[in-house]
Amino acid sequence: MGMALKNSSESLPIGVIGVGSFGTAIANMLAEKNEVMVYARKQEVVDEINSQHSASGKLLNPKIRATFSPEELCESCGVLFLMIPSAAFLEVTRTFAPFLHPFHLVIHGTKGLAVQLAEGEQWDTVKKLRRNQIMTMSEVIIQETLAVRVGCLAGPNISKELSNGQPAATVIASKYNEVIQEGQRLLRSEKFQVYGNFDIIGVELSGVLKNIIAIAAGALAGLGLGENAKGLLISRGMVEMAHLSKALGGTVSSVMGLAGVGDLVTSCNSPDSRNFTVGYRLAKGETLNQILETIEEVAEGVNTVRIVDAFLKTAGIRAPITENLHRVLFEDLSIEEALQSLMKYPFSVDVDFV
Amino acid sequence: MEENYSKHQYDPILPKKDEWPVVKLARERKEFVKKVAELSEDRILDLIGKNPEILKEELETTLYREKLRIKQNPWDVDPDDEGLFWGEVKNSLLQIHSEVSLSKAKKFEAYKAVLSKITSRYSEEIASNFKATHYKFTRRVVTYGFSRLLNAARVKGFGSLFSNQYTLQDKIQITGQTAQIRELATKGTIVMVPTHFSNLDSILIGWIISVLGMPPFIYGAGLNLFNISIFAYFMNALGAYKVDRRKKNLMYLETLKTYSKEAIQFGCHSLFFPGGTRSRSGIIESKLKLGLLSTAIEAQRANFQQGISDVSGKIFIIPVTINYHFVLEAPSLIQDYLSQTGQERYYKENDEFSNSYKISKFLFKFFTKGSDISVSIGRAMDVMGNYVDEDGNSRDKWDREVNTEEYFMSNGKVTVDAQREEEYTQTLGKRIVEEFHKINRVFSSHLVAFVAFELIQAKNDKMDLFDLIRLPQEDLVVAYEEFKATCQRVLDKIFELKANGKIDTAPHLYRPMDEIITHGLENVGMYHAKRPLIKDKAGNLVTEDMSLLYFYHNRLHGYGLEKLF
Repeated sequence: MGMALKNSSESLPIGVIGVGSFGTAIANMLAEKNEVMVYARKQEVVDEINSQHSASGKLLNPKIRATFSPEELCESCGVLFLMIPSAAFLEVTRTFAPFLHPFHLVIHGTKGLAVQLAEGEQWDTVKKLRRNQIMTMSEVIIQETLAVRVGCLAGPNISKELSNGQPAATVIASKYNEVIQEGQRLLRSEKFQVYGNFDIIGVELSGVLKNIIAIAAGALAGLGLGENAKGLLISRGMVEMAHLSKALGGTVSSVMGLAGVGDLVTSCNSPDSRNFTVGYRLAKGETLNQILETIEEVAEGVNTVRIVDAFLKTAGIRAPITENLHRVLFEDLSIEEALQSLMKYPFSVDVDFV
Repeated sequence: MEENYSKHQYDPILPKKDEWPVVKLARERKEFVKKVAELSEDRILDLIGKNPEILKEELETTLYREKLRIKQNPWDVDPDDEGLFWGEVKNSLLQIHSEVSLSKAKKFEAYKAVLSKITSRYSEEIASNFKATHYKFTRRVVTYGFSRLLNAARVKGFGSLFSNQYTLQDKIQITGQTAQIRELATKGTIVMVPTHFSNLDSILIGWIISVLGMPPFIYGAGLNLFNISIFAYFMNALGAYKVDRRKKNLMYLETLKTYSKEAIQFGCHSLFFPGGTRSRSGIIESKLKLGLLSTAIEAQRANFQQGISDVSGKIFIIPVTINYHFVLEAPSLIQDYLSQTGQERYYKENDEFSNSYKISKFLFKFFTKGSDISVSIGRAMDVMGNYVDEDGNSRDKWDREVNTEEYFMSNGKVTVDAQREEEYTQTLGKRIVEEFHKINRVFSSHLVAFVAFELIQAKNDKMDLFDLIRLPQEDLVVAYEEFKATCQRVLDKIFELKANGKIDTAPHLYRPMDEIITHGLENVGMYHAKRPLIKDKAGNLVTEDMSLLYFYHNRLHGYGLEKLF
């Protein structure tokens, strides 16, 4: 292990991997109380941070140091925040794997699922997925590295609002109390509340599944529907999330929390978010391909719809919103038809999971 | 492709018995028992946050439960002075309660004195009574006696009683990582975790350990086994300490865990049946009892805390499966299981090993008629479930060296975190279950039972298990040709799993299918009054006892083979 760790204690810098908008916001919040070291892949970004205290134009606390060496970051820090988009998650995790030790606490803030295909299967053609082929991000970390004390950060945390210092809260979930406590100690402030939850899988799933509902919310807005429809969607979406989360190994109560309902409400009211935009443009008559051509990053919800739809085929449960969205996105169903089909769907009971 | 089992003679790894950790422990028994009692007391006080009110409550609860146990569930093995002891505890508690003049601190001291008495008594009760002379004698009796019996039965004719043609190792095959376990036993401390299907397991494992040339392991044996004198003798001789499953109170459980942890730290190789009890259903344990397992993790952390970071302080977890064609207690085990899952009655312990006569009769049958047993020794792991190499170093999936100590560190030093260790225990439990499935050795009898049951179930797919068991015998016939073809399909899948390291098979499964089936039918549950699977006059397969068939079929549960039906 790094000699640096042997001799020191509380004064270790906190590591942040990834300087996107969320990573930057978290790094700045951490830097209020702690020394922070961030990792960026590109030399010029590292130089920009170290000399101008900004990352691609976003302002960074001058105390934050940057490195492009995964080894240096892992050797210097005991706690690491992994703040990268889900598309790059596996690759970055593998880059860090050789330097991560069992003593590291790793907290990630990524909302996505990874898929492990059986031999001979292609992602483009795969129709069915079993639970053991689907991994949450914490499961990816545990599979790919020696870190076991893993946590996640989830909740309604729009980066812009965090950067402006508006009040907000988040959930740190981990099986390990020490991870939760460390996360709370590092992040809690007058403007930022941090809740703990032991159901990490449930919290991760909440953050992932709400993206599906966010696409649907965008679609409703695109169709010009009003607040009644939105209320209906949010409540039915929550029911669907609860069932899916349970089938994938989370608890229903996490869906009821800040990372579930809390984030769901925020997402369904954020016209700027990518998932919402995809739904909105679908409703305006564009196809998925047309939308993807003009969008910088993939909206995570699109992937999630595919994965969850394939999972439904092996799980023996129904999830009408996801199934209909899948038909809109990847088959030829129109948004109007999907809405019709949902309105006719026999939801006979209001709440059937509590 | 019959493989020859090597009937290896293993040299003892520690020739002088004075060097055996278990002998050293026996020599220091008195001090050790005292230490365990004191440490347990500290542990309990920590757990209750040193709160006098909670301590008082815990003492009263323990007293109440113990009095109830003495009254409602007495055993032969219970000491005569139990009533007296708990009577005294009661008086002490009453006295402390009634003395109004005592200060709070004084009262706490008085309660602590009562606690100390209880942990001392439990610690004494749990501690093993290992005697090296008894051990040697028992070993000789088991090996010599059994091989006499075996030769008398197999080699016909005059003088056969003195033949050495067959040894116990012809009947009980030891396979797997035998060299590694011997190697590691000289370097660190072993915790062996076997599957548990029969009461015979304890003696069998004791014998295996001695054949492998290792010093005796200590292990927690159910106190109920000490009710039977022949078992009690064996157990004591093999280094067993006593686990009383009737006592579920905090003080007893903490003393038991402390005993186990301290013994491991003392360097005694240990053995737990992590399933806690015999598998009632015949399914390989999938949920483990984590109480004793957690002591392995605690002991490992404590060694690190004391700065013993080299291999001498390392604890190696070694999963073992015991594979039988025939489990003597199967009829009562499966009845227990069915009544538990059927939720009809409360569960009552009742088994064939109820007296020495029945055990002797079984052993005689076993050695004269034969029923092979194999014991698979798995790869060693550290307490986090990482595989360990021959030098005792942990390795990750990519074969990089892992420093186990780092799992217990925060901010650069080893820390105590009970919640963390609870999680680690769960992870270790899962790893052990995975390894059980990998080293489980399929026998012909498991195959035929599995296929027959699944075929019957497939034909009656609207029925649940309880309906199936109530089916009349005429409905339980399986045509031979269909049966044979299905056996082949399932076996092909088993070999596929084996090629991926997910299961193991006995060499007799490489014979032609007709022979495998004959072998399986001869062996599956061979000594039961009602046989789980036989051929009828027309050559088709019938069962005389559907629940037994279910029991033997369950051995192959957990591999997804059901999907072939």
